[in-house]
Amino acid sequence: MGTVQAAPLPLGIESSAPAVVNDLSIQVATVNGSGSQTANTVLMRALFQMGIPVSGKNLFPSNIAGLPTWFTIRANRHGWIARKKEIDLLVAMNAETARDDVAALASGAVVVYDEPLKLHAVRSDLHLYPVPFDKLVAPCCPEARLRKLVRNMIYDGVLARLLGIDLEELRKALLKQFGPRKAKAAELNWGAVQAGFDYAAQNLTKTDPFRVERMNATTGKIIIDGNAACALGALFAGVTVVCWYPITPSSSMIESLTGYMKRLRLDRETGQATFAIVQCEDELASLGMVIGASWAGARAMTATSGPGISLMAEFAGLGYWAEVPAVIFDVQRVGPSTGLPTRTMQGDLLSTAVLSHGDTKHPMLFPSSPRECFSMAREAFDLAEQFQTPVFVMTDLDLGMNNWMSDPFPYPEEPIRRGKVLSAEDLARLGGFVRYQDVDGDGVGYRTLPGTPHLAAAYFTRGSGHNERGQYSEREDDYMNKLDRLARKFETLRGSVPTPYADPHENAHLGLICVGNSRYAVEESRDQLHREYSLPTSYLRLKAYPFTSELGDFLHRHERVYVVEQNRDAQLLSLMRLELEPEEIAKLRSVRYYGGVPLDARTITDQIVRQEGL
Amino acid sequence: MSTPTVPPPKKVNRLGLEVISYKGARTTLCAGCGHNSVSERLVECFFEMGIPPWQVAKFSGIGCSSKSPAYFLGLSHGFNAVHGRAPSVATGALLANQHLIGVTVTGDGDTASIGIGQFIHLLRRNVRHIYLIENNGVYGLTKGQFSATADLGSTLKTGVVNDLPPIDCCVQAIQLGATFVARSFSGDKRQLQALLKAAIVHQGLSVIDVISPCVTFNDHEGSTKSYAYVKEHNQPLHELDFVPAYEEIAVAIPEGAVREVTQHDGSRLRLRKLAADYDPTDKMRALEIIHEAAQRNEVVTGLLYLDTARKHFVQLLNLVEEPLATLPESRVRPPRQALAELMDELR
Repeated sequence: MGTVQAAPLPLGIESSAPAVVNDLSIQVATVNGSGSQTANTVLMRALFQMGIPVSGKNLFPSNIAGLPTWFTIRANRHGWIARKKEIDLLVAMNAETARDDVAALASGAVVVYDEPLKLHAVRSDLHLYPVPFDKLVAPCCPEARLRKLVRNMIYDGVLARLLGIDLEELRKALLKQFGPRKAKAAELNWGAVQAGFDYAAQNLTKTDPFRVERMNATTGKIIIDGNAACALGALFAGVTVVCWYPITPSSSMIESLTGYMKRLRLDRETGQATFAIVQCEDELASLGMVIGASWAGARAMTATSGPGISLMAEFAGLGYWAEVPAVIFDVQRVGPSTGLPTRTMQGDLLSTAVLSHGDTKHPMLFPSSPRECFSMAREAFDLAEQFQTPVFVMTDLDLGMNNWMSDPFPYPEEPIRRGKVLSAEDLARLGGFVRYQDVDGDGVGYRTLPGTPHLAAAYFTRGSGHNERGQYSEREDDYMNKLDRLARKFETLRGSVPTPYADPHENAHLGLICVGNSRYAVEESRDQLHREYSLPTSYLRLKAYPFTSELGDFLHRHERVYVVEQNRDAQLLSLMRLELEPEEIAKLRSVRYYGGVPLDARTITDQIVRQEGL
Repeated sequence: MSTPTVPPPKKVNRLGLEVISYKGARTTLCAGCGHNSVSERLVECFFEMGIPPWQVAKFSGIGCSSKSPAYFLGLSHGFNAVHGRAPSVATGALLANQHLIGVTVTGDGDTASIGIGQFIHLLRRNVRHIYLIENNGVYGLTKGQFSATADLGSTLKTGVVNDLPPIDCCVQAIQLGATFVARSFSGDKRQLQALLKAAIVHQGLSVIDVISPCVTFNDHEGSTKSYAYVKEHNQPLHELDFVPAYEEIAVAIPEGAVREVTQHDGSRLRLRKLAADYDPTDKMRALEIIHEAAQRNEVVTGLLYLDTARKHFVQLLNLVEEPLATLPESRVRPPRQALAELMDELR
């Protein structure tokens, strides 16, 4: 096991077990606020640059500094980048959690640890590599107050040596992370990487089987988090009014968007803004402003998470009834109040679908990747304006705040669709209009914007009680006509939302369904079921609510269908129950995970195997 | 005497529109409700100033007052939003189109209770538009409960005495950033008209707290917001005239008795001196005079505070001149090259 040697290792990797190449999960246990994020990002990026499929997930506390944080990196030559349940390599930097972290490891796992933690005394069935971080950091960082931050870079160097990470790629990743303006800080950190590498080379004998090798599975790809991808989608959708209230995990979407807007949306000549970004007093005001702005014709959005969605309920209903566009990004998390606000969940599916009081239904889009965050952000604006209704883009903390590999985003070729808006010229030609009349039979009326210079432009906007002209009415027939038309509109919308991704398997009796970023674990679980249990499965990933006809077709072709989701109460499945026929519902089975960390494949596989009695 | 055969020509404004173009639907509020007087003043002001109705956008929350936007300016867009949240809806709309003349009508329930958070942040942002509080100290639509502006010791019809101090919306407005703050009385036609006209041209947030008695639930002995009480205790600061920028002063007003304030568009607000020489640009004095009047159980009315220097929200955000709402695609979707560069940086 881990030994300290004075003599340098021979070149190359030495190991007693057969090598495990490009297939490992790394967990770095630190305390938050210690600058470990930089070291972890650089590590992840170096693997990415070596062409190895990789993902990085930050499991962080709701705290500014001093509480335990774990960062997991998974590199996998097959492209499986969901969280891996088993940790192959632990970097133990946090005295508080080190013993528990080590106790949880499977036999044969690797531990790089801060020497004073004396972890070699805890277990003898692990590959243990002690590193004297404090001793190593002092010579490469003369300024004592910076040592806490630089110290973490040492483990990047140690891992580079142990795993065979290309030092040049590590350096490139580090320089990219710091940028040209922080070149001095980058060099300081590079010194720490080298110190770690040299220490490992001279003092550690490699006994574990894990290593990485260059491959070419990431060529041309980018690394981006889902929130930034949503922000880019909104930018290229032409958003003009953005109203928000800070809440983890959605805040970084608006912060990214603000940066992009300042860079690309200031008038070149005057420096004036073609956008307004307002940090509001609360989420009620955020959606209120979005609805006001959309009513007046702007492309407006807000971003929030579950607690904010709860507060927006009343306005969401008003938007539905008054038929005002709005785009709401819900980066879902565990909630409410304190506890696990920094953990991921698909916990708002059911409540958002019917958010507000009365007969209310809202469309939701479910991006599963940064690329879909980008495209669906744009689709959300088009849908909201075409159907004059609030549209929710449902991402989650894991997708939103973590870095993901992605193909680059394609430039939107379709023009922006602003929906049915009458101009003064239209009004002059038509002589007038009736705001809520279903002229085209699709349930969607024509609207005008305030400020349209025509005396026939105006109409009055109010909630549930109005007739087709927008006049106040408490009449039974007016109300029911309105309800029925809104239901018709929802049916038209069903034909316009993104259709599911389907991967049917000819011989499969079983189907798997999921939404959003559960896909990574589900896709890997299908592989496990096939390889380990000879159980072929078909797969349907829904991209939107209302569900499209593909869902019913999928159910008809399979005996049993497992709906995989990240919440306790099978919210997605419950939503299907509302729309499906009894014989279809009878085929549904549920796989649920609700622990707050990103879903892993083994959890799904185990649940399906148990339910199938295998 | 001969009977004229041709009816006199109908009065039109500078746009050639008759007053009917500025009226709304028939009111459903109680006969004698102060809110109806406010609606009438708005009709007169927009008509007389010759403002195109399509340039105006009306906003409200929920309550009797919030129904009233349907009863004036029927040719303007209106948005009856949810309780207490008109400020956010108005702010959003006025960001989308900064050329709209916004009129928000709220009540004391909207502004001083459920929506006080939105009210206070509206003040901080100084969103350019007119924010009216039709203040009767009582919840009419839910049949007569106290609101947060009810005066200490005032009673309900049922005999219930209010034992909590009132929120003074004008004090809040002055302290937190509104740049035109006035109090008036729905029964004072002349003063309210002058204030509204000045507010229409004001380049900032105009808050006008209009004491507007509720004839059904709060117009009795023991109420401090009844017609009788306010008429008895109203203490006007000054008499007001408003002279639009395009009108010459027809009548000479004696020097020394008048203080004139010029607004951004060149129009003038003339404060005729009553008791003291009141300077509406002095924030401390404005707060003082409100407190002094309250201690005497009086309602001080008139233009309490005016600041023509502070930037309004659209100016602070440095928006382009054109409405954001109708910017063409070429100005809101960055070019292909921009996305390509962003993608390169993420590699």
